[in-house]
Amino acid sequence: MFQQGTLTHHVSFSPMSLALTVKNLTKRYDPAGPDVVADLDFAVEEGEIFALLGPSGCGKTTTLRLVAGFERAEAGTVALGGQVLEGPGRYVPPERRGIGLVFQDYALFPHLTVVQNVLFGLREVPRKERRARAEAVLRLVGLGGYEHRRPHELSGGQQQRVALARTLAPKPKLILLDEPFSNLDALLRQATRQEIRQVLKREGMTTVLVTHDQEEALSFADRVAVMRNGRIEQVGTPEEVYYQPRTLFVAQFLGRTNLLLSEAKGRKADTPLGTVALNRTATGHVLLSLRPEHLTLDAPDAGSAHPLGKVIAREFKGHDITYRVALDGSEYLVHTHNRMPYHPGDAVRVRPLEPAVVLESQPAGKRVDV
Amino acid sequence: MRYRRLLRWYFLVPALLVTAGVGVPLVYLLLRAFEVEWSQLDDFVFRARTLVLLANTVLLAVGVLVLDVLIAFPLAWITTRTDVGGRRLLTLLGVLPLAIPGYVMAYALLASTGSYGTLARVFGLEIPRLSGYVGALLALSLYTFPYFFLNLRTAFLGLDPSLEESARSFGYGTGAVLGRVVLPQLRPAFYAGALLVGLHVLGDFGVVSLMRFETFSYALYLQYTAAYDRLYAAWLALMLLALTGSVLFVEARLLRGLLFHRTGTGARRRARPVALERGRFAAYGFAGTVALLGVVGPALTVGYWMVQRGAARQWGALGEALGASVLASAPAAGVAALLALPLAYLSVRRPSGATRALERIAYLGYATPPLAFALALIFFTLRAAPFFYQTLGLLVAAYALHFLAEAIGPIRSALYQAPPDVEEAARSLGRTPLRAFFATTFPLLRRGLLVSVAFVFLSAMKELPLTFLLSPIGFDTLALNVWSYSNEALFGEAAPYALAIIAFSAAFVGVLLMNESDA
Repeated sequence: MFQQGTLTHHVSFSPMSLALTVKNLTKRYDPAGPDVVADLDFAVEEGEIFALLGPSGCGKTTTLRLVAGFERAEAGTVALGGQVLEGPGRYVPPERRGIGLVFQDYALFPHLTVVQNVLFGLREVPRKERRARAEAVLRLVGLGGYEHRRPHELSGGQQQRVALARTLAPKPKLILLDEPFSNLDALLRQATRQEIRQVLKREGMTTVLVTHDQEEALSFADRVAVMRNGRIEQVGTPEEVYYQPRTLFVAQFLGRTNLLLSEAKGRKADTPLGTVALNRTATGHVLLSLRPEHLTLDAPDAGSAHPLGKVIAREFKGHDITYRVALDGSEYLVHTHNRMPYHPGDAVRVRPLEPAVVLESQPAGKRVDV
Repeated sequence: MRYRRLLRWYFLVPALLVTAGVGVPLVYLLLRAFEVEWSQLDDFVFRARTLVLLANTVLLAVGVLVLDVLIAFPLAWITTRTDVGGRRLLTLLGVLPLAIPGYVMAYALLASTGSYGTLARVFGLEIPRLSGYVGALLALSLYTFPYFFLNLRTAFLGLDPSLEESARSFGYGTGAVLGRVVLPQLRPAFYAGALLVGLHVLGDFGVVSLMRFETFSYALYLQYTAAYDRLYAAWLALMLLALTGSVLFVEARLLRGLLFHRTGTGARRRARPVALERGRFAAYGFAGTVALLGVVGPALTVGYWMVQRGAARQWGALGEALGASVLASAPAAGVAALLALPLAYLSVRRPSGATRALERIAYLGYATPPLAFALALIFFTLRAAPFFYQTLGLLVAAYALHFLAEAIGPIRSALYQAPPDVEEAARSLGRTPLRAFFATTFPLLRRGLLVSVAFVFLSAMKELPLTFLLSPIGFDTLALNVWSYSNEALFGEAAPYALAIIAFSAAFVGVLLMNESDA
């Protein structure tokens, strides 16, 4: 079965440091329909950035709205810092949860100026300190001097940062980000992402990010939960979910991968690419995943035992090359460094650089290791 | 769980008020009507007169529809698909007749024809006084064709020109393209226009009473004023309601599935305009005739009679009538907007079976012929709350309920433009639902609310049948004065009131156009 050792350091956190805990959360919009969120469990630690990653319709936004309190759950509990927000016989409305939200389209109040938008959430702060706090938060996100602009006078990236400032200002216990970067163009997206990550980390904010963009989840979050059909398929650090996907879905959703049907015997398996090492012990028919960058090409006469294939396509992309190699009736993707000399028609040997990942035959469903 | 939201007082109270206000009187009318001895039904329903009334009403409606299309379709085509100069002015001409309500149009026709009319007195041109079917047909058509025009114009502008171009590339000529590609796509617009016009004709009281043309409304009026037989009046109202109901039913049937055929709102490329060379004179001639009959003629007639009678003598009475109209219309506008806000909010933000039903009820109040609605309210208040009968309060309530649909429209459009998540943002920043609404969405609705208030106010200012049946004794509004003086052929006396009504109606058209151009 799945090796749990890689996740143990998370279990070692004491319960006191858990900020958000979600247990058995279930949501159905249509009484007769399927569960949009099905028996979901996860926990977010103090100061952690946690991403819910999945394709559209996987229930990630519904989960976020359940945590925020804009939807009511059919079953399960949501607790923040020990206080139950949603559970049997208990429901705290959004305005009393102390949870900040940044919306996909920012939801800035169009009739208020930038500073008025930020002041909007500062009712609990003593009147005299409000202004100073609002200005400080705006400086924090790099918008000092923009106080009296209206939202429509700002660029997309600036609006995004006003939304963040407005959410940060009341010092919420948790911040929820709903696809916050999807309205920015590609260039701006990367820069804004890094800036906002720095601000959140500097402030020590506990954050849940919802996104369908795997690159965004991997680069932004400390831990990623991959969701599918209202369930979490795997939780782990970006490296864990990328390098050690537990299911076929996770392997394919996080990037391109080569799938190999194989016959496993312990830590080795017979595959169309020859005998390869496995990341864990397994026996019988198993499906293996090997990322393109975990394969490389050798010359046919290199004397290795790896099988011989033929290059059918070569895509030079500057910093690397993607090859398509035909081997034994199948095609394999291979990412290599940009000095690899082979061209279409060349005979090559395909050699794995790392152990292949054994995928679970059944989706794990609700079984989640935290 | 979803209905918990509906049960908040600020949704529940307006919902109950509207349902009760529209539904209860109509149900009560039904109950009263069925108190009849079944033998009496022979006298009420199964008799030749019913057939005559039915035939007259249907003939009038069909005649108006045909004449409206004959006026509106060419005008819509000229203003959207040709290159004639001054298309904006022509468009305005297609809408302006809305500023002359049916009964003012009837007044203008009556006052300008016949041996005593303006045409005879100024130009020595004596044509027989228009009345009966032809008079009613002309007055109603000239007033209602803009409803067709607006719908057709919007539909013409929304057509995807590439469909016509592809039909042409298959070898179809201009006529075939019109018949096989353009007209089928305009069907929803025809139906929408026909519904509005049909409801107007069925609900009309001013024109048929002034033109003495016996439709259900006119019979209802005669029954109410001359031989007050409540039971017969109730049955007449019921038959009128049944006719309205069948129009709504047919409309729903015709529209079913049609909306799916409409093209999406892709890039709005304009069709290449047709070059009208000599044809442009025909186009101008046509538009000019419509303008002369629909706007210029009536305005000149009213002006002529103003001067003739030395209207200055009437300023005092005019002021009083204006005051009365405002006294009833202003609160009605406020109440309607107040009721419309939560209803529009529910229908946009919490769409469900229940909220759709609520909205339907509001539209039912609008579609119900005002004479029948007023009668139902009278029956109901006389039985349930006699002290309310013939009070200003009842008139205000009737206006507000009848024009509620006009108030919902602009608020709903404004709500669609206001992003829903600003309210959620406000809640996550610590506001209760009601406070979140007033802090974020409400400021964005101000314009829509203003338009709603303006629509209802101006509609109530020119409303005749509800005022006629429900106004307190001695409470003479502008509309009542126009109607009663015209009814006695006192055209000079009616003129200043008619002019005031035209001014308010023109303001209504102004608001309408402003709203359309922004939407």
